[in-house]
Amino acid sequence: MASSFELVCPAGGLPALKTAVDHGADCVYTGFRDETNARNFTGLNFDDKSLKEGIAYAHQRGVKVLIALNTFPQSGNWPQWTAAVDKAAAFGVDAIILADAGLMEYAHRTHPQLRLHLSVQGSATNYEAINFYRERFNIQRAVLPRVLSMAQVEHVVKNTPVEIEVFGFGGLCVMVEGRCALSGYATGMSPNSYGACSPGKVVRYEETPTGMETRLNGILVDRFAKDERAGYPTLCKGRFEVDDATYYAIEEPASLNTLELLPDLLRIGIRAIKIEGRQRSPAYVGQVTKVWRAAMDAVKRDPDHFTIHPVWMTELNKISEGQSATLGAYNRPWK
Amino acid sequence: MKLTLGPLLFYWTRQQVMDFYAAMAEQPLDVVYLGEAVCSRRHEMRLDDWLEVATVLADAGKQVAFSTLPLIESESDLKWVRRLMDAARDDPRLIIEANEMGAIRQLAERGQPFVAGHTLNIYNSYTLQLLAEAGATRWVFPPEIGRSALAGLQKEKPAIETEVFAHGRLPLAYSARCFTARRYRLQKDSCEFRCLDFPEGLLLKTREGMPFLTLNGIQTMSARVYHLERELPGLAANVELIRLSPQPAQMDELIAAYRGLLDGVAAPMPAGDYCNGFWYEKPGLDWVTA
Repeated sequence: MASSFELVCPAGGLPALKTAVDHGADCVYTGFRDETNARNFTGLNFDDKSLKEGIAYAHQRGVKVLIALNTFPQSGNWPQWTAAVDKAAAFGVDAIILADAGLMEYAHRTHPQLRLHLSVQGSATNYEAINFYRERFNIQRAVLPRVLSMAQVEHVVKNTPVEIEVFGFGGLCVMVEGRCALSGYATGMSPNSYGACSPGKVVRYEETPTGMETRLNGILVDRFAKDERAGYPTLCKGRFEVDDATYYAIEEPASLNTLELLPDLLRIGIRAIKIEGRQRSPAYVGQVTKVWRAAMDAVKRDPDHFTIHPVWMTELNKISEGQSATLGAYNRPWK
Repeated sequence: MKLTLGPLLFYWTRQQVMDFYAAMAEQPLDVVYLGEAVCSRRHEMRLDDWLEVATVLADAGKQVAFSTLPLIESESDLKWVRRLMDAARDDPRLIIEANEMGAIRQLAERGQPFVAGHTLNIYNSYTLQLLAEAGATRWVFPPEIGRSALAGLQKEKPAIETEVFAHGRLPLAYSARCFTARRYRLQKDSCEFRCLDFPEGLLLKTREGMPFLTLNGIQTMSARVYHLERELPGLAANVELIRLSPQPAQMDELIAAYRGLLDGVAAPMPAGDYCNGFWYEKPGLDWVTA
């Protein structure tokens, strides 16, 4: 049991990869520097040289490297995605993380020895869907969208042979991943096609007499009073007007932290915990990895007497930039 | 080219739904999609009610499809989907529109043909091909991608019908959370079915008053109405069906206008706050006139 409860950490670049490895990640996940992955941000991700170096660094230290190819290719750009699959296989990554069924079929047929993970962007929220991908493409692991309760997650685990990975910490999508076109509706650039939500190139911060305004492609996402910290204008985390009320109409800008659920996640048979944040700094990745390594070691040692070390929370709160933490859908306070 | 009526995405009372479809039976529609396609808590219509509507529509010469939920979270959600599948299997006039892969696994296992819905993210012909092999006889183009993606898909398309979402508020996102309940500070499990108060959803505006989105329970839609009127002649040459999404008012006028466009008979198009950006690979809320 102990060896199969993995900590999967984000690496938006080589420094973050090395930091994650040094601080105790079991796996790091990365992407190529283009729209083949869902963190297609300026200055992020890996070219061939840095990826080779990163894989060597991780493998020398017994850490796995996963590559996310989790956007949806269209007929016109299909060869770019299959080339990325081929390259990942040639580089000797430990698994690729896919969302598009056609691309899974390609990977399974062309590289039968390559381990496939179903991305959270694949929107599989039930065991029937996960087993479909298992039977057709022999996927080994599925990452669940951040919408299921603990009981629902457990029900999935019980009804599939596929390893289940869940998000443990970091930014939080309130929508089913892979099924959200809000960013495309506002900006023309969507996670599914372009690989980014609410992309920075169309973000504007404007100081006005009524406060700091944040806009996405010209659309007012929020307005902040003098004493408020102006957050990034992610569409679903803005304040809007609905039926004469102005409020966070979709979601508060909170981040996920499931440390206290670790004993439950271990007990129900979760095989890996994913930390969100390939867009975050190496310092952030190092800090989060260190805390989660310690916590996961502690829960594996003695799941019945697991307690959260106060220092862990202090460390994590320091890097959450004052955002409140939530258990997300796992405990469903809104249900 | 066939004209279809997509599944009702809003929550109306049982009587409103029955009346609506009784009227639709008289309309020049070729295919009608039925069933709850948004929230598993919506139960105004029981399976027997839907089957009754299906019979009326089928007797009026329509093909009838049952749409499945796009977000399946629990065993009871799965059971509902299986009941729909059983009903469709027992009546050759019915077909299932599958809206997530779990339904497709079961349909393929049963050898039951289906329509592959637009939430399945069919972005390329390879994905389309494998769904066709699993039993899809028709697929619905995802509205968030545009004309060049469709052209690419059509070029290497298997023998399968193509349907395009042509008119209605765009279904943009799904969540486990309910945003209508959130507005009225209600828990999802005791939501008092507030969606019934908003037959066209709840308008969400920016803080400077721009209509932006529509909250429809767990679904987020566009505030503007997607509208492919001018694009219809080009579509008619390339796709087999176009879809109109149910709305509480002016449905008859809308059907007459689209039917007229298909048949070359002029009929007035209802006015509206329209968008078509997705079709032109622009921001979805844009209105492209060129």
